[in-house]
Amino acid sequence: MLVAVLLPFIIAIFIPLLSKWKEKIHTGFFVTIVPVLIFIYFARFLGTGFEPVVHEYSWIPSLDMNMVFHLDGLSLLFVLLISGIGALVAFYSVFYLHKSEQLGHFYVYFLIFMGSMLGVVLSDNVFALYSFWEFTSLSSFLLIGFWNYKKESRYGALKSMLITVFGGLSLLGALIFMSVLTNTSSIRGMIDQQQLILNNEYFPLILILLLLGAFTKSAQFPFHIWLPDAMEAPTPVSAYLHSATMVKAGIYLVARYSPMLSANEWFFIIVSIAGIVTLCWGSYMAVRQTDLKGILAFSTISQLGMIMAMLGFGTKAAIFGAVFHILNHATFKGSLFMVAGIVDHEAGTRDIRKLGGLMTFMPMTATLALFASFSMAGVPLPFLNGFYSKEMFFESSLHLEAASSGIAGILQTSVPYLAVFGSIFTFVYSMYFFFGTFRGQSHLNELPKKPHEAPIGMLISPIVLVAGVVVIGLFPSLINEPFIAHAAEAVKGVGLEEKDIYFWHGFIPPFIMSLTVLVFGSILALSRKVWAPVYNIVPGVLSMNKVYDGTVDRVERYSTTITKGYMNGSLGRYVRLILAAIIVISFAFMAMTGGFTVDTSTVAEITAPEILVAVTMVIAAIGTALTNNRIAAILILGVVGYGLSMLFVLYRAPDLALTQLIIETVTVALFLLVFYHLPKLRKKDEPVSTKVLNLVISIGFGALMTMVAISSHSSKFFESISNYFTDNSYKLGGGDNIVNVILVDFRGLDTLFEIVVLGIAAMAIYGLIRFRKNKEEE
Amino acid sequence: MEIIMAVLAGILFTMGVYNLLQKQLLRIIIGTGLISHGAHLFILTMGELKTGAPPVLTEGVENYTDPLPQALILTSIVISFGVTSLLLVLAYRAAKINGTDNMEQLRGNDYE
Repeated sequence: MLVAVLLPFIIAIFIPLLSKWKEKIHTGFFVTIVPVLIFIYFARFLGTGFEPVVHEYSWIPSLDMNMVFHLDGLSLLFVLLISGIGALVAFYSVFYLHKSEQLGHFYVYFLIFMGSMLGVVLSDNVFALYSFWEFTSLSSFLLIGFWNYKKESRYGALKSMLITVFGGLSLLGALIFMSVLTNTSSIRGMIDQQQLILNNEYFPLILILLLLGAFTKSAQFPFHIWLPDAMEAPTPVSAYLHSATMVKAGIYLVARYSPMLSANEWFFIIVSIAGIVTLCWGSYMAVRQTDLKGILAFSTISQLGMIMAMLGFGTKAAIFGAVFHILNHATFKGSLFMVAGIVDHEAGTRDIRKLGGLMTFMPMTATLALFASFSMAGVPLPFLNGFYSKEMFFESSLHLEAASSGIAGILQTSVPYLAVFGSIFTFVYSMYFFFGTFRGQSHLNELPKKPHEAPIGMLISPIVLVAGVVVIGLFPSLINEPFIAHAAEAVKGVGLEEKDIYFWHGFIPPFIMSLTVLVFGSILALSRKVWAPVYNIVPGVLSMNKVYDGTVDRVERYSTTITKGYMNGSLGRYVRLILAAIIVISFAFMAMTGGFTVDTSTVAEITAPEILVAVTMVIAAIGTALTNNRIAAILILGVVGYGLSMLFVLYRAPDLALTQLIIETVTVALFLLVFYHLPKLRKKDEPVSTKVLNLVISIGFGALMTMVAISSHSSKFFESISNYFTDNSYKLGGGDNIVNVILVDFRGLDTLFEIVVLGIAAMAIYGLIRFRKNKEEE
Repeated sequence: MEIIMAVLAGILFTMGVYNLLQKQLLRIIIGTGLISHGAHLFILTMGELKTGAPPVLTEGVENYTDPLPQALILTSIVISFGVTSLLLVLAYRAAKINGTDNMEQLRGNDYE
């Protein structure tokens, strides 16, 4: 199983190499093999006698981070979707992407996504899950921005990234919370100890953080806004990531944790409301779109909302409907996206206002679209799988097992109506999509290209998916027991009694709801132009996009202002800020901890020579700032240096005094060599306020250093290690001069590096003087 | 005496920082020079001054001045010499190429 997850990553490494021959053979062919192999590997597990499998590999054992792959019914459903749709999409992309595109980049991102998505649905370890989760966000970002010369692509990529990574972070918070509470990083382990989490006072926070992660990823209202902009990605990507797999990661997460979370009433309330609202809003907004992929994007949002709502309901029927619909949605939506891609490819536009009457030009494509969109609409025909799960949705919305009072009670009564409302618009946009594109008057003169049927290679993938729609529709029991039942069982946590999928249940309420949808949907679809102005009222000018744009705009503006405020390119300003921070923090700490101590018991006596030298040095130091004469300033600095060496003499440091004398002499000589080339010192012309500020900071810093010096002299926390050197200088180092022995023996390595530093400085100086950018400068 | 020396070190730091905050390169280099003088004195004061003979082992002498700060300072003197000379040459080249040694004018056009 590890190999299966890592295979896409491993192949991704070789893609740059393979794409070298892209002129001869399209890189997509190589890539198609990968998901096919993975699909075959996992298809072996299908069957009525399926039992969950666990494979464990050590990763970072010391941090309790292991690669534990847990394949249960739910994971199996997702794994087969990821590899199955992945194979079809990869094959489709061979015909969609021209060889002149940057195929290497595309397929590397594609494979990274595939591998990480497999990781998300197979990992039992929450931290592994989180890492894979973020990898899917990252690869989605890269794929949306694949045509990065387009402004909209970059905008859409950034938007999806910001929103999903925000959700990812809050998910991480929830995962850390739960793993701290249960002392395990295994999902199964957490669910086993669910009482610890459910009864914790922070449970509401955990729930909200986890759901934020799921809702942003699965584009639930109000975080759905990134998905329509993600349609800037190449169509294979939209079909794969943004309808069939990645956007279902949030669904997966909620399903994965629902055995535990559904015990809490708020899980039902939040998830159901979010799902139902997303369903209604997505389907309502889909009818407003003019871009084919825009319609499909909002349709995906609304379908995701429907699945989410069913997970929220949490009844057996609802869970069964949810996992069934995950599969059905992938089949019909995947094929619809591919159809949209074909139309875009062969007609040159995706604008539904310019399209129409394409059926005569591309009959195959139109037939595929017919099946897929009618399945999406939930039209009651026995060969459309969408109807079955839609019917289950209606049924489960009527039989909620929630309390009859409070918010849950209100929800319980309103859910069936909202379900019908959302489904009516689902019907409308499905019809709008099909009839708007393929029927009606054709406007050939408005199309950039003369439309024609797509090459057969491009049709194969949608044909396979539509075949899936029909086969599942005709023989639902084929996938029921060996497949869907296991997935539902994994979500519910307990075994489900056998649930049969029938087409005909009799005139029971769900079927009446379906008929209502059919009738009202048809009326609304026919009269679409009449009631379309309603969009000017709701949503009108209100939009979550404005909130997003405003937030991003403002954050960018403020951070620019702040950054410009302190990073204005003036070195003086930087130094002032740094010093001011040091002064404030140090003084604050000193005051808070009482760190300033004065101990005069061990001080040396005060003698006249030292005072004399000290006073000279003070005068000289102040003089450096006052003089405007270059030579004077340099010589005065020399005075300070020589004064210091006098102090070294007085304080019995002969080596220091000698070194200081030599160095000071050389330094002064250097200064005198260089100063001639430097401009003359000017009178300081800064305003008084700057002068005062400089003075305050300088004095503050000086005072700080004085206080630190006095304190460190006065406080002895432990015995000095100096005696060790005094005692062992001769014994171990063989020298009388202790300072020298320390330098060349005890701390010999330090001295070696000191020499290295000097060497580097010497080389830099040589280079600066010797080398010129161009000869003319001489 | 240590306290007076600490104050002296503080004054050296003060004047060093004050020079460092100026605009002209030469003043900035003088500032770093003063700061390193201050730092040397600072390290010396942290130990105890004049507690014994110079730290050179001699027959019959029991007490020596603390050798450790001296070793540290010796290293520091040499390093600060390296820094000062590099800075000087850097300033020389910068002034030569750009025609100015004013830091405000050297900060580039991006901030105007």
